Amino acid sequence: MLETRDILETINMIDNENLDVRTITMGISLLDCMDEDIDKACVKVYDKICRYAQDLVKTGEDIEKEYGIPIINKRISVSPIGMIAAPCQSRNVVKFAHSLDKAAHELGVNFIGGYSALVQKGFSAGDYAVIDSIPEALSVTERVCSSVNIGSTKAGLNMDAVKMMGKIIRESAEKTADRDCIGAAKLVVFCNAPEDNPFMAGAFHGVGEADCVINVGVSGPGVVRAALKKNGAGKSVDEIADMIKKTAFKITRMGQLVAKEASKRLCVPFGIVDLSLAPTPAVGDSVAYILEEMGLESCGCHGTTAALALLNDAVKKGGVMASSHVGGLSGAFIPVSEDAGMIAAAKRGTLDITKLECMTAVCSVGLDMIVVPGDITAETLSAIIADEAAIGMVNSKTTAVRLIPAIGKKAGEELSFGGLLGTGPVMPVRNGDPSVFINRGGRLPAPLQSLKN
Amino acid sequence: MKAVITVVGKDSVGILSKVSSTCSDCSVNIIEVNQSVLRDLFAMLMLVDLGETPIDVLRDKLTEVEKLTNTKIHVMHEDIFNSMHRI
Repeated sequence: MLETRDILETINMIDNENLDVRTITMGISLLDCMDEDIDKACVKVYDKICRYAQDLVKTGEDIEKEYGIPIINKRISVSPIGMIAAPCQSRNVVKFAHSLDKAAHELGVNFIGGYSALVQKGFSAGDYAVIDSIPEALSVTERVCSSVNIGSTKAGLNMDAVKMMGKIIRESAEKTADRDCIGAAKLVVFCNAPEDNPFMAGAFHGVGEADCVINVGVSGPGVVRAALKKNGAGKSVDEIADMIKKTAFKITRMGQLVAKEASKRLCVPFGIVDLSLAPTPAVGDSVAYILEEMGLESCGCHGTTAALALLNDAVKKGGVMASSHVGGLSGAFIPVSEDAGMIAAAKRGTLDITKLECMTAVCSVGLDMIVVPGDITAETLSAIIADEAAIGMVNSKTTAVRLIPAIGKKAGEELSFGGLLGTGPVMPVRNGDPSVFINRGGRLPAPLQSLKN
Repeated sequence: MKAVITVVGKDSVGILSKVSSTCSDCSVNIIEVNQSVLRDLFAMLMLVDLGETPIDVLRDKLTEVEKLTNTKIHVMHEDIFNSMHRI
């Protein structure tokens, strides 16, 4: 028989500590939709997505009702459009973005990811056109998300792509300046991008994946914080790590249950559970608060990187046994604008972009949802991307950059995106001009640790 | 399919009766009940077999009881607790 204490604990997690399944993401391969005629390809893309995902939202809602677990988002990721656009004669690839957006509206999913290009070693046909069209695609569509992988531990960094992406991020913000520069918030630049990540904006359906697959992202920073608050006083760090592991295990079991059920009902293979602590702007649902609960006066003060390393590692260790397949990004996210504690720390001045960069060496992703001054140059953006990608490349981990230049605004002001994307204070960046280095272009060689064979 | 009903709130006359008659109205079989009153706080856990009744029908009916008795009632699938708390 179930124990009363366990039952009440679960109900409390859902009711008061914001435990939820963050997303059920259906990955759909579009490799069979390629066509020389771009209009025909777009029709095939739209039809295939609508056919495969027609029951996705309803199934998600049914599971939510039946099990009483909130499932916040139902989303779709598709094969990188850079590949699908390769055979097309026309270079007007924004048509793909329109098809994806139309399908997302038709199906009722709030984001569709995969307007992407994988150029870690070089550009192939289609990649240039897609990257070049990202600012337009993100400004004329509402739900399409874009990502570009510019480096990997195996391939090194494609510095031509790094240079290009600084310009693309700036243009994406400029084109949507009237909407709080939202375009840039839907664009991620990756190093070592995972091919089965269910979280937006960086989700795409990798080339080695099955035709269709269900990936689930769990969350629950609020639950971890509550556990530490309740039992953490006076405990050593190894006891804290154990507490986080146990909590992560429970959270992930719930994700695994939902993933299996969704996969069964949709008759689609189960891919992975991504056991990430993904914060939301809701009070209490914050990764920064967990770090502060461990004993830091403010997120960003000295000690933050060590506390985050502990958290990231314990989440993985606890979660990995709870699920049959773990993948995606898995760890702790640190998106500034989506985390009430990070926003407060940034406003206080204890958290700056330099400290965030250090933190990305030990967290699961990278510089995420950071609003930077509107007068930032494309070269400086590229240099931030290069720094972040270098951390990922050398440490064999995923790093990402999602910066939002606040066009027309300066440090101290803020951008408000609404919903899960939150509100971000404009954070100053470092002085000095990196443009000569960035304009060199070429390919930054892969580190020795890539030679594992 | 089995579900767990939890009722927590200030004790008053007829909470158990109202919840169990709602179950009976929905053709839901009560398998196990665990109830305690601590000072004036009422807490009850019920394991029920839903049979053919959809869980949201029972949940909607119990929402009315929730208002009537001024308590907090949850209805959740048994599997959630099993998967979270059992290895």
